[in-house]
Amino acid sequence: MSTPHDTPMLQDAEKPPESAPHTLPVTLHVNGQAHSLHVDSRTTLLDALREHLHLTGTKKGCDHGQCGACTVMVNGRRVNACLTLAVMQDGVEITTIEGVGTPEDLHPLQAAFIKHDGYQCGYCTPGQICSSLAVLAEIKAGIPSHVSGDLLAAPALSPEEIRERMSGNICRCGAYANILDAIEDYAGGQTS
Amino acid sequence: MKAFTYEKAGSPQEAARCAQQTPGAKFIAGGTNLLDLMKLEIETPLHLIDVNGLALDAVEATPDGGLRIGALVRNTDLAADMRVRRDYAVLSRALLAGASGQLRNQATTAGNLLQRTRCPYFYDTHQPCNKRTPGSGCAARDGYSRQLAVVAASEHCIATHPSDMAVAMRLLDATVETVRPDGSERAIPLAEFYRVPGDTPHLETVLEAGEFIIAVVLPPPLGGTHVYRKVRDRASYAFALISVAAVVQPDGTGRVALGGVAHQPWRREAADEAMAQGSGPVFDALFHDADPTESNAFKLVLAKRTLASVLAEGRATP
Repeated sequence: MSTPHDTPMLQDAEKPPESAPHTLPVTLHVNGQAHSLHVDSRTTLLDALREHLHLTGTKKGCDHGQCGACTVMVNGRRVNACLTLAVMQDGVEITTIEGVGTPEDLHPLQAAFIKHDGYQCGYCTPGQICSSLAVLAEIKAGIPSHVSGDLLAAPALSPEEIRERMSGNICRCGAYANILDAIEDYAGGQTS
Repeated sequence: MKAFTYEKAGSPQEAARCAQQTPGAKFIAGGTNLLDLMKLEIETPLHLIDVNGLALDAVEATPDGGLRIGALVRNTDLAADMRVRRDYAVLSRALLAGASGQLRNQATTAGNLLQRTRCPYFYDTHQPCNKRTPGSGCAARDGYSRQLAVVAASEHCIATHPSDMAVAMRLLDATVETVRPDGSERAIPLAEFYRVPGDTPHLETVLEAGEFIIAVVLPPPLGGTHVYRKVRDRASYAFALISVAAVVQPDGTGRVALGGVAHQPWRREAADEAMAQGSGPVFDALFHDADPTESNAFKLVLAKRTLASVLAEGRATP
């Protein structure tokens, strides 16, 4: 089978009939490891991570990009894994919560979530943590937000900025105040 | 989701030709809107042409002092571009008012222009919708229309265009550059890009079959004070009830465009001409022929007050 890169333009006659599943090879680089898979073209990155690679730390919440539970990093940028196809992520570097820390070796931000009780049921937590790490990187990189007062100034590491930037991660248990405390605690340690 | 075949495009022209020749083909870039709609089987492409590998992700200065924004420039990157922040602040502000950080990282400039309405009846496949199923009727007219259009709608469709970015692009007189399946290129002013719904609300733009957006071009900077004010049900991560984009010059002249009120970013020449006379005449020029439903008439009040506030802010800012 050819790879997606050298698949020739399909002519009408060569097209499979409607609704016939179409399988493609893809290599996903997740947390520093390469995985060669054959997936149905419909497989989202989220389903590839969970169902094919059994990396179940990334959660499926709404599956429509509204809740942020599936947030992972693609080439260092946070995205909703439910709204991109696995075949579109061939060869790029993907980081999931399993690549951030482990129960034996917690990332300091994970430790801060525990310290500040930044969750209740914990289902949104992997997405919250991946998103938080990206938020702090975005602030550091000078990317403005909706609440940045001056577009030309470096954005502040303020509660208002963090809240706005985390609005794509919903916590049904309403642990927002403690999530913010955890992020600020961790970020405070980082900026020194 | 319905099954589909998939390929990566080799060039913009090849993508356009393939899209024209392959039944049921669609381009996919960020995918944040298309995949959502495919999961709901509102969009059912038979073939996806992934254009993410094309070199259309640069923001370049044009010889006349404007900016040429590649079709694949992500919303985050466009909002953060220092030239946009400095010279086209209304565009940065509009982008940052939309969606979430995760979505802005994926969503592209061209895809943002082409995103579909969030009308609840377009999303509910059990309801009639002339946009989703031409000829089936419009459930929104007598339904839950709080979010929907108050001007330029038709009896067949009262959907709004959901984009914030497009409102700022329209205000800035952006032009959409495309390539067609025969390889010819053309430039379409954004003012002429969206079609009025009329009795064919499923036809949303003037793009031809297979025609592929390669860039959006901004004319040289306008100066003045740039404001983008979005009014919504939540402080963040919600679509606009209404939004007002304005560029106000020191003498009170300028231009204005609104989001959340029509099938496209809403701007009228007569409203721009009335800018120096105050927000009342501007509002009248924009909405003298408005035809709201009972549930969205409040948008006109909201638009009037937001216009007054935005124009006052524009004049007060040195």
